Amino acid sequence: MPSPLKSSFCWLAGLAACFWLGTALAAPYQPKDDDVVLERLPFRASDPVQRELRLMRGELALNPRNEEVALRAARGYYRLALAEGDPRYVGYAQAALATWWNEAEPPVRLLVMRATLRQYLHDFQGALDDLGQALEREPGNGSARFQRAIIHIVRADYPKARADCEKSQGAVAEVMAEACVATVDSFTGNAEAAYRRLQETLGRHPAATPTQRLWVLSRVAEVAYRLGRAEEADRYFREALALDIEDNYLLATYAEFLLDEKRYREAVALLAGRERSDVLLVRLALAEKALGLPEAKAHEEIIRARFDAARLRDDKLHLQDEARFTLYFLDRPKEAIALARENYETQREPADARMLMEAALAARDPGAAKPALDWYFSSGHEDVYIRRVAEALRKLPQ
Amino acid sequence: MMRWLVIALLLVSCGAWAHKPSDSYLTLKVDGARVEGQWDIALRDLDFAIGLDGNDDGAITWGELKARHGDVAAYALARLKLASAGAACPTRATGHLVDRHSDGAYAVLRFAAECPAPIETLKVSYGLLFDVDPQHKGLLRLEGGGSTATGIFSPEKPTLELKLGEVSRLSQFVEYGEHGVWHIWIGYDHILFLLSLLLPAVLHRTRRHWAPVATFGEGFWDVFRIVTSFTVAHSITLSLAALGVIELPSRLVESAIAASVLLAAVNNLFLMVIGRRWLVAFVFGLIHGFGFASVLADLGLPREALLLALLGFNLGVEVGQLAIVSVFLPLAYAMRKTWLYQKLLLVGGSLAIAAVAASWMAERILDVKFLPF
Repeated sequence: MPSPLKSSFCWLAGLAACFWLGTALAAPYQPKDDDVVLERLPFRASDPVQRELRLMRGELALNPRNEEVALRAARGYYRLALAEGDPRYVGYAQAALATWWNEAEPPVRLLVMRATLRQYLHDFQGALDDLGQALEREPGNGSARFQRAIIHIVRADYPKARADCEKSQGAVAEVMAEACVATVDSFTGNAEAAYRRLQETLGRHPAATPTQRLWVLSRVAEVAYRLGRAEEADRYFREALALDIEDNYLLATYAEFLLDEKRYREAVALLAGRERSDVLLVRLALAEKALGLPEAKAHEEIIRARFDAARLRDDKLHLQDEARFTLYFLDRPKEAIALARENYETQREPADARMLMEAALAARDPGAAKPALDWYFSSGHEDVYIRRVAEALRKLPQ
Repeated sequence: MMRWLVIALLLVSCGAWAHKPSDSYLTLKVDGARVEGQWDIALRDLDFAIGLDGNDDGAITWGELKARHGDVAAYALARLKLASAGAACPTRATGHLVDRHSDGAYAVLRFAAECPAPIETLKVSYGLLFDVDPQHKGLLRLEGGGSTATGIFSPEKPTLELKLGEVSRLSQFVEYGEHGVWHIWIGYDHILFLLSLLLPAVLHRTRRHWAPVATFGEGFWDVFRIVTSFTVAHSITLSLAALGVIELPSRLVESAIAASVLLAAVNNLFLMVIGRRWLVAFVFGLIHGFGFASVLADLGLPREALLLALLGFNLGVEVGQLAIVSVFLPLAYAMRKTWLYQKLLLVGGSLAIAAVAASWMAERILDVKFLPF
């Protein structure tokens, strides 16, 4: 429940942003020349993928209940959203499922797709409800099972996550089921053993598809990162990147790793040209700031405008990043705490806990990080970075 | 300066726009039964919905957009319904521009709508892009009746009913009063004119010398006469000009105001008028009134509360004037016997004012600018 004070603050901030956008950026004009390029589109209309998607949309317009086409269109746009980090494609994917979007019991495969989109939009409860229903109707549905395991991991509900990972054995590829269990274990006090199992899993399944390898490699890299094995983490991150599958999440995690390792130049090189994704842009700006590069200032303005625009539309998709930006770029720990706390209400991954703790440490306010600290000391979670900040917080006068 | 540099940088680095979900920005200005609208819609969204990239080169040019202006207006306006008191207010496009927002270029569609009767509550039904992108949102800003409301359209909430802010008469009155005070405060020419007339008020002329007045009352009444006649005079012309009875070219008025300041200051040095400075205040006050009127014209007067706003503005001017006088008079009275006041302030001050006023006059007559204020 937002407090009245907070919501009125949001309104004010929104209005101020509106004002700023209205006065500084928005000055409608008439271009002088017909040849002036106003906008570059991400794709040409004749791009084969775009053309196929457009054809599917045409078919759906004629027959909106065509499950096969709807599913293919939704998946196609969702893949674009993941690859490009562009939320507009999630809207297009949702439009393909329009017939079933508000239906109580859509066909299972559409239900699972709906859950995927809801998860992307951070409607975790909605996604869990959809997947629960799908599994009730089709207990052997591997992708529903696997997807639910991931959501449980995101929400730090490890017992439920582990149960789903175990049940996914036989329903999804073996490499994924094994990696799923090991990933959960890496969060619950068995990180070293889990790390070894993840490595073994990779070795045992040389025939895994690139997408599967990408997923497992990303997990191994992250566990190595948390365990403080920087060299190994770096090697796995690079191996994952070498698969050459556009993946925003991987880029964001590797960039965080590079920032933690103070390898700012490499972070800039990794993210240069990927400013379109605001998740990556925040990390790029942090690296630029650390290096004292002039681009940092320009990127700061874009990021601010982006967060302001999100606030105007009442969007809370990137609170962790906004907290990160507020703390490390703007150096405003108190505001960062408020954002990190709000984020921690829905997102409970270690990175979310760490963000809250770091904001609290910067503000020398250990009480603000209590929920994250409680989680850390009770979970047996192993993470050298979180341990450092948690211990620093504990040493502060309470 | 920095900000503009940054914005300039943003504008050149087109590839650097951050991704964001689709939004449109709809601004509606209500005036009586009429609505003026501005609708900023992302070119990417329009391209996705109706296709803008005519030559399929992945870039949208102004020429390509221009060729589709009719379609853009038809597409957008068919998805926006305005209604008031149960009656539809038909819309029509009035202009096409472009603009930039944080994620790229936007088509700016200007339109107008006419409702059958003056609008009290406006019902806005919004359906742009919801069919192709259910994550799209319309961000509404409604201005009217002196207040601003905002709202968000989404597929879950496609209709908003907005009651126009009824600005209380009192707040409107106060608002114009504040403008009046502010104008006196930043209107150096009015302040200097007044000061020139007031400087000698705590002195009187005996033969060839200035002598301090004996009592505070003496100085006070002199000031009172001057301020009152200035007020009466500028109120008359301010009202006449604001109501459109008399109109004077502003360059003439501004030049005459500068001349009045110059004459008032020179009068302290060469003494043309001594006793009847209130008459000078009155005559030149008539000119200053026209100056105030042009400020009021820039502010724009609410049609339905013209007299109230006029009165508020005028009273604001008086309040600002009184504030200046109430600081000036006690100080001047206290210092009236000193050399500092009689020579430095009266003579030196008047000289300085005369110099500034002469420059203003030259500026305004020649229409050039060399003073920073």
